[in-house]
Amino acid sequence: MFKIIKREEMAEGTVVLNEVEAPKIARKAKPGQFVILKANEEGERIPLTMAETDPENGTITIVYMIVGKSTALFKTLQVGDSYQDVIGPLGKPTEIEKIGNVVCVGGGTGIAVMHPITRALKEGGNHITAIVGSRTKDLLILEEKMKQASHELLICTDDGSYGREGFVTEALKDVLDKGDTQMVVAIGPVPMMKFVSKMTAEYGVKTIVSLNPIMVDGTGMCGGCRVTVNGQTKFACVDGPEFDGHKVDYDELMLRLQAYCEDEKRCYDDFCLLKPEYAR
Amino acid sequence: MAEKAVKAKKEKIPRQPMPEQEPQVRARNFEEVPLGYTPETAMEEAKRCLQCKKPACIAGCPVEVDIPGFIKLIKEGDFTASIRNLWSKNSLPAVCGRVCPQEIQCEVVCIVGKKGDPVAIGNLERFAADYERAHGSGALPPRAKLTGKKVAVVGSGPSGLTVAGDLIAKGHEVTVLEAFHKPGGVLVYGIPEFRLPKEIVFQEVNFLERQGVKVECNAVVGRTVSLDELFVEEGYDAVYIGVGAGLPRFLNIPGENLIGILSANEYLTRANLMKAYMFPEVDTPIPRGKNVIVLGAGNVTMDSARTARRLGADKVRVVYRRSRDEMPARTAEIHHAEEEGIEFFLLTNPTKYLGNEQGRLTGMVCLKMELGEPDDSGRRRPVPIQGSEFELECDLCIVAVGSGANPLLTQSTPDMQLNNWGYIEADPETGKTTKKGVWAGGDIVTGAATVILAMGAGRKAADSIHQYLTWGW
Repeated sequence: MFKIIKREEMAEGTVVLNEVEAPKIARKAKPGQFVILKANEEGERIPLTMAETDPENGTITIVYMIVGKSTALFKTLQVGDSYQDVIGPLGKPTEIEKIGNVVCVGGGTGIAVMHPITRALKEGGNHITAIVGSRTKDLLILEEKMKQASHELLICTDDGSYGREGFVTEALKDVLDKGDTQMVVAIGPVPMMKFVSKMTAEYGVKTIVSLNPIMVDGTGMCGGCRVTVNGQTKFACVDGPEFDGHKVDYDELMLRLQAYCEDEKRCYDDFCLLKPEYAR
Repeated sequence: MAEKAVKAKKEKIPRQPMPEQEPQVRARNFEEVPLGYTPETAMEEAKRCLQCKKPACIAGCPVEVDIPGFIKLIKEGDFTASIRNLWSKNSLPAVCGRVCPQEIQCEVVCIVGKKGDPVAIGNLERFAADYERAHGSGALPPRAKLTGKKVAVVGSGPSGLTVAGDLIAKGHEVTVLEAFHKPGGVLVYGIPEFRLPKEIVFQEVNFLERQGVKVECNAVVGRTVSLDELFVEEGYDAVYIGVGAGLPRFLNIPGENLIGILSANEYLTRANLMKAYMFPEVDTPIPRGKNVIVLGAGNVTMDSARTARRLGADKVRVVYRRSRDEMPARTAEIHHAEEEGIEFFLLTNPTKYLGNEQGRLTGMVCLKMELGEPDDSGRRRPVPIQGSEFELECDLCIVAVGSGANPLLTQSTPDMQLNNWGYIEADPETGKTTKKGVWAGGDIVTGAATVILAMGAGRKAADSIHQYLTWGW
């Protein structure tokens, strides 16, 4: 059992942070790697990239958005409750090198995943411009942490309620126009990663994205997380989760994420009838 | 007297049939298909064993079970003594009685089978184990004096559990590390409930735990902990690797990433380990195709096809590029599948998948094949017939064309030698790898094979590990 020692609701309760006791994973985990969590006996195995690890206290932190039954079930867990299973660290860590000027683009809960990578890149001697975006001000998460992890933080909201009005790609364009960006890391919703990659391709700037397709085991055994990268099939769980953003087939990924949409809806609707207070 | 003897011979007892669920009934449920012998039928069947002086059946068994011995005890009605006899050679009799290919191992060489049907060795083994589980005393096998040596077993499938059982009995401290959240390996994620109820596997694991084996789930060796750390940081004296093959093969033809194409590993893991057939009572979904194609012809193919049937498919077709004679599945499994209405499209090879705008599978293009000259495997090579393309409709395709070696553990252990296909090089007699203190066995050494061969490899490795812990490398 993996006990929750800290729980925080963010973005008007649509996003939840859990700090979980998992000493073996905390000792090994590096930025960019993920874990698989299972709440209870009947639960689904859900992959989430870690937002923080604390090897000394033996904890890992995950941040998830309520998107369906399984994440709604996670939300019911309080401090002192436990996940039945946590498996990891899985996937390859981010390659942290001194490159120069790096732009870290985070959207939605992708900001939580972006944070440790941003910090590691900064500690690795890079100059970091961070761009974070959300639909509206109240849904923005981890602003303060991202500010500390970067040299410059640009905030975008779709409705203009905070920071710059518009998508992260618009802010990114201004940064790229300066012409001194060596690398972009983008983590967030698939459409965001797609359009960031499309833009950086025009500028010829290397781009890394972190993918989160549907998976079961996370160890390369099931092949459910197949993604097409550079025309070849890769398993996100062992070959990724990070890939060259210019070579990912995002349209295929978006379709594959819909594989179980009807089942997911049915499951979530049933859950909401039982526990309306945990609905998104 | 002579006349009487002849008469007695004529009244031969026929092989006792195994009662089964009716095909129409079982095709819609996940309960076990064969129902098992009663004590009376088991004793009757046991009478058929000739108690040969030089039993060929023992030599036919990869773990050399004392077959006439345990059968004699069933005949005498001493079921407890019978299971003890089995345990002395086989730590998983309830499993082996169900999934071993007896027809190519012990039963094929049975003398009774020379004229008529062989003794139902598998059914009797299953009976002894099931009887013990239902009525046994729960007494544990004897354990040798503790040695103070620690052994890590990586993977809790059939070979790992065999190693654990053998070494705990010899007085060593044994910890089994399992990457999934439940122990049992392929017995749990791969073989369906209707062929091997999971409760049986968990009881076998529990039996090992009661003997002192520690089972640690959610431990991915190669990620959570490395092989070297098991020695250096966790103080193990020896490590056995039995992680299975664990890398799904696909056909690498166009359209393979359409929604509705799953590896058998994924499909069966969802159904068996995650119990997705109970969705939405459990949270893991599984695609329920109406018109299903399963590619391949092995036992995993039959398991996938029969699972699809139980999940409500109207039509399930097995598509295989060779002919019936080359199908690697057990005859009994093919027979069970046919009884359940699974159709076979033989000498047929898909060349591409077809999909709609939602990225969902709608069918496949196939080529007709004919058999040519034998290939490296000794089987006649399938050759495409020019211009024979045709389309098959389907809304779900399970790719069950075999597995390769999963590199997760081996990649993080560069000083252990692998063969050209990525499998671990291990001595066939001892299971020793090229890395000191490390043994390996089962599918990660041989490539995908059977439960009992993995157990045989585990038995040899356990003997070798015991020698090492007693005398040195």
